[in-house]
Amino acid sequence: MKFAAHLNVMPRAEISDPQGQTVERTLPAIGFEGITGVRVGKRITFTVEAPDENAARTIAASASEKLLANPVIEDFELELNPL
Amino acid sequence: MTPETATEPPLHRSLGLTDDEYSRIQEILGRAPNHAELAMYSVMWSEHCSYKSSRSHLKDLPSDGPHVLIGPGEGAGVIQVDGIAVAMRIESHNHPSFVEPVQGAATGIGGVVRDVVSMGARPMALLDSLRFGPLPGDTGADRTADRNRWLTGGVVSGISSYGNCIGVPTVGGEIKFESSYSGNPLVNVMCVGVVPVDRIMLARAPGPGNAVLLLGSTTGRDGIGGVSVLASAAFDEEAGTKRPSVQVGDPFTEKLLIEGSLSLIEKGLVVGIQDLGGAGLCCATSESAAKAGTGMTIDLDEVPLREKGMEPFEILTSESQERMLVIMKPELVQDAIDECTRLGLRASVIGEVTDSGRLTVTRGGEVVADVPAASLGDGPLYHRPYTAPTGPRVIRTPAPDPVTAPDEALLKLVASANIASKRWVWEQYDYQVMLNTVAGPGPDAAILRLPGTQTRIAVTVDGNGRYGEIDPREGARHSVAEAYRNLSTVGAEPVAVTNCMNFGNPEIPEVMWQFVEAVQGMGEACRVLETPITGGNVSFYNQTLDDAIYPTPMIGMIGIVAPGSIAPPIGFQNEEDIIVLLGRTKDELGASEYQRTILGALEGPLPELDLNAEATLGWLMRELISRDLLNSAHDCSEGGIGVALAEMAAQGRWGAQIRTEPGRDLIPWLFSETTARVVVAVGPGDLAELKDLAKGIGTPVAELGVVKGKLLSIRGMADIKTAVIKEAYEQGFPRSMGEIEE
Amino acid sequence: MRPTVGVVVFPGSNCDRDADYSFEYLGADTKFLWHLETDLDGIDVIVLPGGFAYGDYLRTGAMAAYSPVMDSVRRFAAAGKPVIGICNGFQVLCEAGLLPGALRRNSGLRFRCMPVRIRVETLESPFTSGGMWPGQVLTIPIAHFDGSYYAGDETLEELLAERRIAFRYCDAEGELTPESNPNGSRLHIAGILNPERNVLGMMPHPERAVDPAVGGTDGRLILNSLLYSLQPAET
Repeated sequence: MKFAAHLNVMPRAEISDPQGQTVERTLPAIGFEGITGVRVGKRITFTVEAPDENAARTIAASASEKLLANPVIEDFELELNPL
Repeated sequence: MTPETATEPPLHRSLGLTDDEYSRIQEILGRAPNHAELAMYSVMWSEHCSYKSSRSHLKDLPSDGPHVLIGPGEGAGVIQVDGIAVAMRIESHNHPSFVEPVQGAATGIGGVVRDVVSMGARPMALLDSLRFGPLPGDTGADRTADRNRWLTGGVVSGISSYGNCIGVPTVGGEIKFESSYSGNPLVNVMCVGVVPVDRIMLARAPGPGNAVLLLGSTTGRDGIGGVSVLASAAFDEEAGTKRPSVQVGDPFTEKLLIEGSLSLIEKGLVVGIQDLGGAGLCCATSESAAKAGTGMTIDLDEVPLREKGMEPFEILTSESQERMLVIMKPELVQDAIDECTRLGLRASVIGEVTDSGRLTVTRGGEVVADVPAASLGDGPLYHRPYTAPTGPRVIRTPAPDPVTAPDEALLKLVASANIASKRWVWEQYDYQVMLNTVAGPGPDAAILRLPGTQTRIAVTVDGNGRYGEIDPREGARHSVAEAYRNLSTVGAEPVAVTNCMNFGNPEIPEVMWQFVEAVQGMGEACRVLETPITGGNVSFYNQTLDDAIYPTPMIGMIGIVAPGSIAPPIGFQNEEDIIVLLGRTKDELGASEYQRTILGALEGPLPELDLNAEATLGWLMRELISRDLLNSAHDCSEGGIGVALAEMAAQGRWGAQIRTEPGRDLIPWLFSETTARVVVAVGPGDLAELKDLAKGIGTPVAELGVVKGKLLSIRGMADIKTAVIKEAYEQGFPRSMGEIEE
Repeated sequence: MRPTVGVVVFPGSNCDRDADYSFEYLGADTKFLWHLETDLDGIDVIVLPGGFAYGDYLRTGAMAAYSPVMDSVRRFAAAGKPVIGICNGFQVLCEAGLLPGALRRNSGLRFRCMPVRIRVETLESPFTSGGMWPGQVLTIPIAHFDGSYYAGDETLEELLAERRIAFRYCDAEGELTPESNPNGSRLHIAGILNPERNVLGMMPHPERAVDPAVGGTDGRLILNSLLYSLQPAET
């Protein structure tokens, strides 16, 4: 079976996010008021082939933890949908 | 007009070919071209690839000299320095950078670096010459100021991300801001590389039976017709709609491509090599075959593609970045592919050299294009009409708050974006990697050690569009002289030039006149100063609607530093040193920074330029430096003596006490941009020797004062603390970029 | 004895030749080790040089940390032999788990190339034991976009308690002023050691401060200390 994986990688909540802060400071300057709490992360998409969803999730989560995200500074959320 | 064009006018015209050009293609082929062939001629005969408007004017430029190994017409010019070949080249990436500054600048670097690699040389330095419209707060800033700031930041970031990643240091350059570039910024990149003389490569495909390999990235739809679309037409207000033609740079693949190409050459596997730039595969295959007098068959099925469903014309004209064409003996192909695989670089055999003289392209076994290889490069030649504009050039955009006190004017100049320290920019560039940077960004010229030797060269890139607007011939001469002076000020003897000519639409006779004048001025100056031109790049159509940019020839110049000569720093080093002006100051404020920034005007006449005085001054500087007589030295140009002294105070440890020339008005004396001048500081004990040398060769010498204290004190002007000058000089640019909140 | 320095080359490394040049300048033999190499026989020191391994794509050092050579480097380090990761090499060591923490984007969100001052924090390592004094200020260039050292509070406390911070960014007088921290590193950390003190990761480039013709000479102190530590002890 094939599964579409969507991985959202975000800087960990307790870590300052200079990119997000810069974006947040810039928004009012170009006319967007009322926006706070900006954080910049990244989204990674890929396809996993595995016998079942559990197996696919194990593979995807392991890849996420080992390579795609760095747990020292990043959290991730994994979505998996059958294709 | 031929009858056939009546049936097909939209296609060839929409591809930018004239009806006459279309007829010529029919004559060459003896039939109507198919779609793929038409697309190939369209890109190859575009202004950018064919130089059809400029070629006839470039052929008389001086290109011979004792150091020149390879002159114009190859991927890069090559000179010989102490037995090592040094390749040099400038490319423009103006239009792509205006549409998308980060990627435009990044891919501009990628392109010029591949030009140098295609000579077999390892790229060892980059310099950038950039022009934008005025930044917020600057004289002449208008509604474009915020966009100009965004473009500036984006271009710098593109150069930084790409250049740093491929590990080639960015060692110098210049950035200037003028209203004329608001609708069309300039991004010119110079690359210098080195190669053992016996390993220089050429873009030739000799030897029928030899294999044709494509190295590097996959081919996609990005940048199809990029050169003809972006570089061969002026902008309208819908520049954003041209965005699909801009490519995204992949510096990682470029780095692998540099290492892979050089490794194959070093192993002796390569007989010819050419980068894929403008007009992509079509240009690289046809040019390398034509130059060797051979032909080539190309099988498009073997070209690795990035997208599905690409048409033959798309594969042939795609300008996907980071690709290189290599010609090699068939029995060595496996070795080459093994080496590329080891390095992680894609390599595919896509064709074969033939003796047919034709470029024959197949797909799925069918011939999709078959044209005489040489005909693609043998584009039309135009003798465009040119006429001088009438009346003197005067522009006035009066400064909002005119400054009249000389000390305030000086501080305003020192903090202005054109003059202030560009540390904010060059600290974003890795200027040290490769460990050859003896002097990086900041001084009048960069100094580089040639790898594995103690030989040092100096490199600079200079251009003065404002002067060109007043008088394009004189402007070009001034730019050459400025580059010559910058090299001399660090003790180098200039030996060769490369250039990039940035102009508006050549179909406008007044613009064409500017081009013709500038080419002649540049040629004359290079002849007198004995700095032959090893190659160049022409960028036309730098114009939005009716507004052409200032005619801006950029001069890249290389000089050789005598063994043992150590360039003095700009800043004042020792109290009690005597400050001396070499050269004479006239009242020449025409087209000066003072006129631009303080008065908000642009009008002539330009300062007079005596090239022989420049040559004499250059000799004197080299002699003074080789005798180690100078403790500080700074070229006296934009902003005149005033700015030169302020910069020497800002970058040094001390201020100065300066007396002025009796009977002279202070403002013109301080800010005139009279040529052939350098400000130096010497120990009191060395003054007599300096004077003797100067007298012997006929360079005027004027004692300006003495290095002293923590004030810049100029008679007739309020004193300024050196700390205040330093603040203005260092913080001016970050402030213009909005990095320092007021 | 002339020690042999193995300079690892990942795809995209670009300070490999500089490291090679500088170690040779200081009298060592050098050998390039392409990242597919797993045999480290005859190598006395491993250098993970600066650059942009795998283009810095995904995260700096992330993909290089899984290169075949890294398993051998791990065993090399476990055997107590010295490993120095410079700039991108430091990032690789953190991603590979040979050093704690991570290197994040500079707080100013810009690449910075400039000489900085760093303070020697400990002499207890082969990289700092020879010819330096505690608190000595060295001038060494940096050139990075992702050099802001981050580790959680516990890790930082451990680093402090075990005196495993090798270098901290400081001013000319050795003070840890805010302006002297070029990238927002926690505790001004410029370089750290593993618990066994034979693996050093540092963002500044000591190999760029060896040959006086093209930079300073303070980097020699670190590299010479390392080379000296390999000489057999005198009896």
